[in-house]
Amino acid sequence: MNRLRTLCLAPAALLLLALFAAPMAILAVYTLLTRGVYGGVAQPFTFENWLRLFDPLYLGILARSFSVAAAATALCLVLGFPLALFISRAGPRKHLYLALVMLPFWTSLLVRTYAWMFLLRDTGLINTSLLALGLIRQPLPLLYNWWAVLLGLVYGYLPFMVLPLYSTLERLDPALSEAAADLGARPFETLRRVVIPLAAPGMRAGVLLVFIPCLGAYLTPDLLGGGKTILIGTLVQNQFTNARDWPFGAALSMGLMAIVLVLLWLQVRRQGQSLL
Amino acid sequence: MNRLLSFSAVLLYAFLHLPLLVLAAFSFNQGRLTVWQGFSLRWYEAAFHDGQLIEAALNSLVIAFAATALATAIGTLCAYGLWKHGSRTFTLSLSLSLVTPEIVMGISLLALFQWAFRFLGAHLGLHTVILAHVSFCVAFVVIVVLARLRTFDAALEEAALDLGATHFAAFYRVTLPNLVPGILSAALLAFTISFDDYVITSLVAGVDSETLPMVLYAIARRGANPVVNAISTIIVFGLGALILVSERLRKP
Repeated sequence: MNRLRTLCLAPAALLLLALFAAPMAILAVYTLLTRGVYGGVAQPFTFENWLRLFDPLYLGILARSFSVAAAATALCLVLGFPLALFISRAGPRKHLYLALVMLPFWTSLLVRTYAWMFLLRDTGLINTSLLALGLIRQPLPLLYNWWAVLLGLVYGYLPFMVLPLYSTLERLDPALSEAAADLGARPFETLRRVVIPLAAPGMRAGVLLVFIPCLGAYLTPDLLGGGKTILIGTLVQNQFTNARDWPFGAALSMGLMAIVLVLLWLQVRRQGQSLL
Repeated sequence: MNRLLSFSAVLLYAFLHLPLLVLAAFSFNQGRLTVWQGFSLRWYEAAFHDGQLIEAALNSLVIAFAATALATAIGTLCAYGLWKHGSRTFTLSLSLSLVTPEIVMGISLLALFQWAFRFLGAHLGLHTVILAHVSFCVAFVVIVVLARLRTFDAALEEAALDLGATHFAAFYRVTLPNLVPGILSAALLAFTISFDDYVITSLVAGVDSETLPMVLYAIARRGANPVVNAISTIIVFGLGALILVSERLRKP
């Protein structure tokens, strides 16, 4: 029996070791090396790259990434909660409603981001319509700014918030809300004092699932921010392409991974289980 | 309160779906601008006559098929092993691979490939993209198949064993047939994730292995292009259909 299980797990173990653990280990070693003359890495060993992370310039970018990710997460929570509550109370239709949330999510992040470029750009649908209606004379600068990035992130990751919220709300015993109502609580009071506290585990999972990808996002800030809003993801990518500073890029990645690990560890400790 | 909830749900569904529907509608626009000038299929025609796009789409299909096949096989076996006996290390590693930012996963794989190629004398190409895609699709397959296994009655397998089946026969002839919908659902999901990936792919692709998302990304960054609207529409409806089938199969 144990042999069968080992055989079953072996390919995945090999894959995780070769294509996840090994690359991370290589990256970890690179953080201690010096930038090569033509890119790549070279000796001698140094802690320089780690120290550079604390340069105010990069701390500023980190702070900006944190604030964008936090704002997107907060918005997703505010928007996702009513949606999850609505779906959990939809009776036999709830599977359909949930599928309608997940459908655009699984389809294509690139296309969904492009759709917002199509709507927001200077010659985009919103500006053209407003111009045609005579409401504005100049196109509004809707694209390539902080707000567009925030919108793109909320649009992209809202389903990640709805899914865990829905699964906790769905398991909630309706008798609890009924009891609160019987005892004289108004609907909003029941929501505030019964439903929301009980949905806390789903909220924590959702916050984590949205915050982490938003923090390291590359595609959305690049397309909707137009390179004006530099976040960690863009900074990492730059070190490996334009700047050709692999050791520093590696240090940035490891720093980002450290943050992700801490967040994941907090979640595991709190819930006693990981995401799977 | 219930009316307020329904009202906000309607608004949120509009927020989620309208941008894509509007994009799809304008892909049939006669004109180049965002003013409706009549129905036309000219942008679809242009897309299908663009050699670069066709080649990229073929690359994407090859990569997605290969990565899906490998990831589904490896992920299904892994899910079965974990279902038999859970492993904290395994679940944690898979969770970690799921939350690793794409950009970090992409450059770490690039670093690995560059390092390995010094000894192997190989280059970046379709094979490196396929390997990268397998590595990020496996965790999704494990999740979907494991969820299916949790609704599967372990007593069925035990009955097969009691009746004299070997462990392998019990798995192959009893458990596996019951898992088929879950496995198909996982494969469809892996396919869409692989087909759509840009960030990791663009880092580990070689000069001859440009994928459809890479070409679209490059065009989109340059500015408006109705051809992108047309291809986007095909992608959204094509992958959307796969996801619907996948969701349908996942229901026990």
